[in-house]
Amino acid sequence: MYVAVKGGERAIDNAHAWLAEERRGDTGVANLSVAQIREQLSLAVNRVMAEGSLYDPDLAALAIKQARGDLIEAIFLIRAYRTTLPRFGASHPVNTAAMRCDRRISATFKDAPGGQVLGPTFDYTHRLLDFKLAAEGETPQAPTATPAPGPTPHIMGYLDREGLIQQEPGSDETPPDLTREPMQLPADRALRLQALTRGDEGFILSLAYSTQRGYARNHAFVGELRIGAVAVEMDIPELGFAIELGEITLTECETVNQFTGSKTEPPQFTRGYGLVFGQTERKAIAMALVDRALRWRELGEEDQGAPAQDEEFVLMHADNIQATGFLEHIKLPHYVDFQSELELVRKLRREAEGAAHREAAE
Amino acid sequence: MSTETERKGWMGLLARAPAEDLHRLWSDTGLTPDHAYLRAPEVGGVMVRGRAGATGAAFNLGEMTVTRCALQLGDGRVGHGYVQGRDKRHATQAALIDALMQGAEAERVRTMILNPLTEAETARHTARATRAAATKVDFFTLVRGED
Repeated sequence: MYVAVKGGERAIDNAHAWLAEERRGDTGVANLSVAQIREQLSLAVNRVMAEGSLYDPDLAALAIKQARGDLIEAIFLIRAYRTTLPRFGASHPVNTAAMRCDRRISATFKDAPGGQVLGPTFDYTHRLLDFKLAAEGETPQAPTATPAPGPTPHIMGYLDREGLIQQEPGSDETPPDLTREPMQLPADRALRLQALTRGDEGFILSLAYSTQRGYARNHAFVGELRIGAVAVEMDIPELGFAIELGEITLTECETVNQFTGSKTEPPQFTRGYGLVFGQTERKAIAMALVDRALRWRELGEEDQGAPAQDEEFVLMHADNIQATGFLEHIKLPHYVDFQSELELVRKLRREAEGAAHREAAE
Repeated sequence: MSTETERKGWMGLLARAPAEDLHRLWSDTGLTPDHAYLRAPEVGGVMVRGRAGATGAAFNLGEMTVTRCALQLGDGRVGHGYVQGRDKRHATQAALIDALMQGAEAERVRTMILNPLTEAETARHTARATRAAATKVDFFTLVRGED
């Protein structure tokens, strides 16, 4: 039986008014601008763009402000906004070989052509709180040097030339889009990569870590990690040619994994791949490890029953908006559901007590 | 350079340019051409694709916001604007410039708008590239162990 009830409008309005006040905080402290969030909390902005699956730093910064810094709530706002946008089309696949790299490192080749470029990294900091940041002060200008001309080549290309690494044959087949059709399992790699790149960073990180600890044999080296800007190009039907629509920052991670060979393939290295919006290095590395673990079937490896190998488990639980939607809905009124549960438990108890009395009497 | 290559060049430049920079340069030209919209400025999304392993099969990476518009000048020239972000004025100005670049105003627009935008973009790129170059690691051997 469904019983409709009304009420709570005033309480809800007042709760939202108080939320707005709490969001603002102490009015004696300067209001935070969206531009300040975009410029100074840029890694939070990048995470919201990656998991919100919409590249727009201003919108992501606004969402973070509205969500009071709750990044999953901010991602939720971006996902909701995204659904209102008409889709103009799909871009050509971005050419990450032409990336203008801010950072480019390899854990496998010390003398990689183009060199090891650290970029604006937290690596090698001492992770000691810097109390100077609590005080007002000018930031000293970063040193500069003469850059090498031309694009930075992909390191994997060198292994490729020797035939030591599994090939990635190119294809321009239209990939499946989980924002348009419900996810179908088994998923091909294109669908898995889409689900992973917009998946929750914490979930992907933990799964990747589990593969390193032995849940799925997956010893990965970071062949290359690069962060930088790439152009986005799309065919414009009314013009009859492709133009650049803009430029986005991406993080790309290519891992090199051992592979002992199969009936059809000689021993060689295999690859995991991570590509994520923004400067999002932890996520890109984790994505590459989970991508590699999920490839066990196509590479003819054994299923070890590890969570990171279980496509259904990984893909159906990676989305933090689906997860939080289902998780948080249980706090909303379930009075009627619960009333029937209550009736059931009371009835079961009456029956159990009745049986106990009869046994005692016998 | 073919006209199509040239047009791709300025349309890309206008798409990538910060909206405020373009607005300032456009205002400085004092140009106010009569125009009618063929497609009113519209905000939408474009699905950005990547390739598995950088070179393999295409996959959907996520969307980006794009604003587009098409218009016609009084003399019949048609301009298109596709720009990153959600700024309708940006898309309109890009379309106006695209149309003007196909006629007598091309030299003036190039000098007053496109060249400064190119210079500003190059400066932004150089600022990052030179900082990145300063973080390039120079390895050196400490002491080689004796066999």
